[in-house]
Amino acid sequence: MKSFDYIRATSVAEAVQAGGTGARYIAGGTNLLDLMKLEVMAPDTLIDITRLGLDQIEELDNGGLRIGALVPNADLAADMRVRRGWPVLSRALLAGASGQLRNKATTGGNLLQRTRCYYFYDTAAPCNKREPGSGCAAMEGFNRILGVLGTSDHCIATHPSDMAVAMQVLDAEVEIEGKDGTRRVELDEFYRLPGDTPHIETVLAEGELITAVILPPAPGGKHVYQKVRDRASYAFALVSVACVAKVEGGVLEDISLAFGGLAPKPWRNRAVEDLLKGQAPSEALFEQAAETLLAEAKGHGSNDFKIPLTRRTLVSVLGEATKGAAA
Amino acid sequence: MTNELTLDKKADTRRLDEMAQGLLGTPMDRPEGVLKVTGKAIYADEERPSNLAYGYLVRATGPIGRIVSTNKDEIAKMPGVVAVIEEADLPRNSVQGATPTAAPTRGDRIDYIGQPLALVVADGFEEARHAAQAMTAVMEADTGLHFDPEAPGASIETPEAKQASQGDLDAAMASAAFTLDEEYHTSSMHSAAMEPHATIAEWKDGKLTMRGAYQMLKFNQKSVSDALDLDLSQIRLLSPFVGGGFGSKLGIAPEAIAAALASKAVGRPVSVAMHRRQVFETTTHRSATKQKVRLAADKDGKLIGVGHDNLVYNLPGEKFSEPTTQATPFTYAGENRVIGHHIARLHRPAAGSVRAPGEAVGATVFEMAMDEMAEKLDLDPIEFRVRNIPDLDPSKGIPFSENRMEAVLRDGAERFGWKHTKPKQRLEDGWWIGTGVAAAVRVNMMSETSARVRLTQDGAVVETDMTDIGTGTYAILTQVAGELLGLPANRVETRLGDSDFPKAFGSGGSVGASSSGTAVYLACMELRQNIAAALGVEETDLTLKDGRAISGNVAKPLTEIVPGEGWSATGTVKGGKAGSLVRQATWGSCFAEVAVNAVTGETRVRRMLGSFAAGRILNEKTAKSQCIGGMTWGLGMALHEELVHDPRDGHMVNRDLAEYHVPANLDVPQIEAHLLMEDRDDWANPVQAKGIGELGISGTGAAVINAIYNACGVRIRSLPGTLDKILAELP
Ligand SMILES: Cc1cc2nc3c(=O)[nH]c(=O)nc-3n(C[C@H](O)[C@H](O)[C@H](O)COP(=O)(O)OP(=O)(O)OC[C@H]3O[C@@H](n4cnc5c(N)ncnc54)[C@H](O)[C@@H]3O)c2cc1C
Ligand code: SF4
Repeated sequence: MKSFDYIRATSVAEAVQAGGTGARYIAGGTNLLDLMKLEVMAPDTLIDITRLGLDQIEELDNGGLRIGALVPNADLAADMRVRRGWPVLSRALLAGASGQLRNKATTGGNLLQRTRCYYFYDTAAPCNKREPGSGCAAMEGFNRILGVLGTSDHCIATHPSDMAVAMQVLDAEVEIEGKDGTRRVELDEFYRLPGDTPHIETVLAEGELITAVILPPAPGGKHVYQKVRDRASYAFALVSVACVAKVEGGVLEDISLAFGGLAPKPWRNRAVEDLLKGQAPSEALFEQAAETLLAEAKGHGSNDFKIPLTRRTLVSVLGEATKGAAA
Repeated sequence: MTNELTLDKKADTRRLDEMAQGLLGTPMDRPEGVLKVTGKAIYADEERPSNLAYGYLVRATGPIGRIVSTNKDEIAKMPGVVAVIEEADLPRNSVQGATPTAAPTRGDRIDYIGQPLALVVADGFEEARHAAQAMTAVMEADTGLHFDPEAPGASIETPEAKQASQGDLDAAMASAAFTLDEEYHTSSMHSAAMEPHATIAEWKDGKLTMRGAYQMLKFNQKSVSDALDLDLSQIRLLSPFVGGGFGSKLGIAPEAIAAALASKAVGRPVSVAMHRRQVFETTTHRSATKQKVRLAADKDGKLIGVGHDNLVYNLPGEKFSEPTTQATPFTYAGENRVIGHHIARLHRPAAGSVRAPGEAVGATVFEMAMDEMAEKLDLDPIEFRVRNIPDLDPSKGIPFSENRMEAVLRDGAERFGWKHTKPKQRLEDGWWIGTGVAAAVRVNMMSETSARVRLTQDGAVVETDMTDIGTGTYAILTQVAGELLGLPANRVETRLGDSDFPKAFGSGGSVGASSSGTAVYLACMELRQNIAAALGVEETDLTLKDGRAISGNVAKPLTEIVPGEGWSATGTVKGGKAGSLVRQATWGSCFAEVAVNAVTGETRVRRMLGSFAAGRILNEKTAKSQCIGGMTWGLGMALHEELVHDPRDGHMVNRDLAEYHVPANLDVPQIEAHLLMEDRDDWANPVQAKGIGELGISGTGAAVINAIYNACGVRIRSLPGTLDKILAELP
């Protein structure tokens, strides 16, 4: 590990002031410290943001929630308001990592966790994300856990979060504090696709701090989070599907879908939702939705199975979300 | 006083059954358990001698070939760096198990990616690690290397001594009513013991002390002596507590020799602890295997032919090759037999012994094949196995010391509630449910071991350089001595893991408990003679219980019999003809119930039960723990464990515990292990005990794979049975 300076910020303003090139915020440290030990990340300065009072979950006037960036994943999953109004989020969180990790991991840190691509972790391997322009060892290598959608010729990494997939299906927004003030960005806009700059993963500018995630009012309907993985717990998603669906009078009145394990960001495809909306649920319809979702999916060898796996899982999740609702 | 026994014949008495203390076999808690759970047991890298320096191994990142130069001089100038140890005699990888020599050395070559290139020594651990990360080498790359055993052109050795054939298997296959001819694969695996390999080395007055995580001090000390050109008397190894070994700590690992070299060079004690990623790469792992099984049976389900051919790999210069077929020659009947063994020489990290080398993968695959064959015969797989239990070892024609295969199959079947069913019968909530069975078998061995027991008025002290790698050695040796000397456990102290103590074989090959148990038995029998002589009675008329000696109508406390200075006796056991006159093995059965998700192909084990026979059980609790641990590992081998090598340069891709999957808590259902407590093997040794540490993994994983087939009708022939392999065949 490269030696670094350590600053414990006491206010958001102080943290943002100290932020910038070469500095990193440290929250739970469950991802950043691992990467620093391997020198995949080697900041000069760590700014500890755990004492900024950003660990509250507040109800908003419009019925939404404001989740502080430092709320631990475990607390967020257990919050009664979340469990009642946004159960898909609670379920996604509980499907992630382990009890110990969820106690340490924070909302902001979870959004910004880096890919689990094996070669990204290996400083001896070429990796455009770690070292722009060096190449991508995963493309022709072992890529079982990597992406089939939204990838580029430069990088096929996936975003590993479960939490972010649920937030994506819930139309969450990220609240960001920078030297120029506060701004809000839709989660869907927050992440960038790799293109030819896979090292730039979000729209955050150097030194910007995530202060909260805003959830719109509870959407109602049926919430499903299905995570498919290589072992029963403590494994990242091979594929995950978050679904919020409302069926009325035998038709799918409203539906939102987001996917994990497939893409460089929590994946959402509005065309799939539009195709389903207003239709009577049926196996054939679900297959058609899967077809649309996966039309441009591209496997890279060891991750080819993700395509049929996603199709099967989506069809099954849609079946579950609309169960008993057929006209 | 010494009492030496060479095991040339069957034991003629079961003296331990005549003892009165009632300690042996009981599920006694480990005497050192409290130390462990309160953090007071000192493991390899926990002492902090003053002036300690820290070493960190440098990872060779490739390409494979000749080292032309390094940036050692720059590294030496980095903050905190005290020295860069870049000797040609740095070990290339861990020494193989039970090997009294040094490992191949680095020389001017890098033979595999991940090999230690050098050791950076610094005042602080992070300084050493940071500098190590910055070290690089200019290499002259080799060409034409191979990284995949099955790639065309890979160099394959077929050593004559490792092939065997009797009868005419081809003819049997041609004429048999039923045949099976299938190919199977198992993946590379690493034991990744909880405690990473670590050593603190310190020189004082020409003497080297190494506190580390070692399984076999006798051999480890010799390896150190060979590596550093020292007399044995100059080397003291201390390994009182070891946080798991599973074979990876049999032979001394590179960090230990590097620490010793560094400590000498800088004149300070040096600690070298490996990162998990270094444990994966520089210590030995289990070779992947390709196995071809051929079975021929007559119309009654009697096997007439057995073929088991396998391909494994290792680095050039390594003597070990996974003995995949170790149990095949004697497990099942059949007069026509072929064993084939092929070794690919590859530039992947070194392979070596991992818990139950041979049977863990060989018996597991064979038990998968037996299930397929039973189906062809339309027989209950238990019935099929029982029909093929041989009367004599079919390859050597010698009798079994005892064969408990049928007993454990029947016992397990009854406890599990086994019912033979056709596949795809139960679909519950979107999950296919099925059950499977497999037998477990592991050879039993013995190797020279000594132990000293001192009996004083306070009690007894047992000393041997045997280790406790989490297995329960402290408990069982305390129990053997307490039983024979009539002392409660709190009056027996067992001291282990110090190379100054009498030499044991060590913890390996499931030999530890029976060899060190027998050595303690022999020493205690000598002490019983002393007590008998002091009382003027025959040893056989002596009853020792709770610190009192009783014979006829005389009863006296030991404090009045044992002289003030106490008595000391050493017991030594050696393997002898008993190892070749009869076939000795341990036996088990395993049953599993699994659920396979009909949509995703995910498999979850719902229930697992095993029944095991391994001679006398010395401690019911620690023996069961071994079986449960082995079965858990069997589950992992069946479903999760897969160490991936990059096809382009052989490096281990997923060398951490986030991506190298072992079963997590939620993957492991309630596991029941039952022991045949009344079992005794008189051929094994006078304690009638055999090894149990590896039996639990020697075939049990097949129960899970066979259950998957029973559940959803998909035959997995390549481990682990991850969902992608199942998915491809689900409707
Ligand atoms: C073995 C293992 C298994 C795991 N399994 C899963 C899983 O199944 N599913 C899953 O979703 N996750 C999983 N995780 C990942 C885990 O969820 C993340 O490590 C965790 O959420 C990161 O949060 P943190 O607070 O510890 O972040 P840190 O490690 O502190 O920070 C991560 C990054 O975010 C930045 N950062 C943190 N907070 C802010 C902020 N407020 N503003 C700006 N930047 C910030 C940091 O600078 C750093 O770059 C696993 C992790 C491990 C180690
Ligand atoms: S997939 Fe992306 S993260 Fe992985 S090696 Fe390629 S560039 Fe790096």
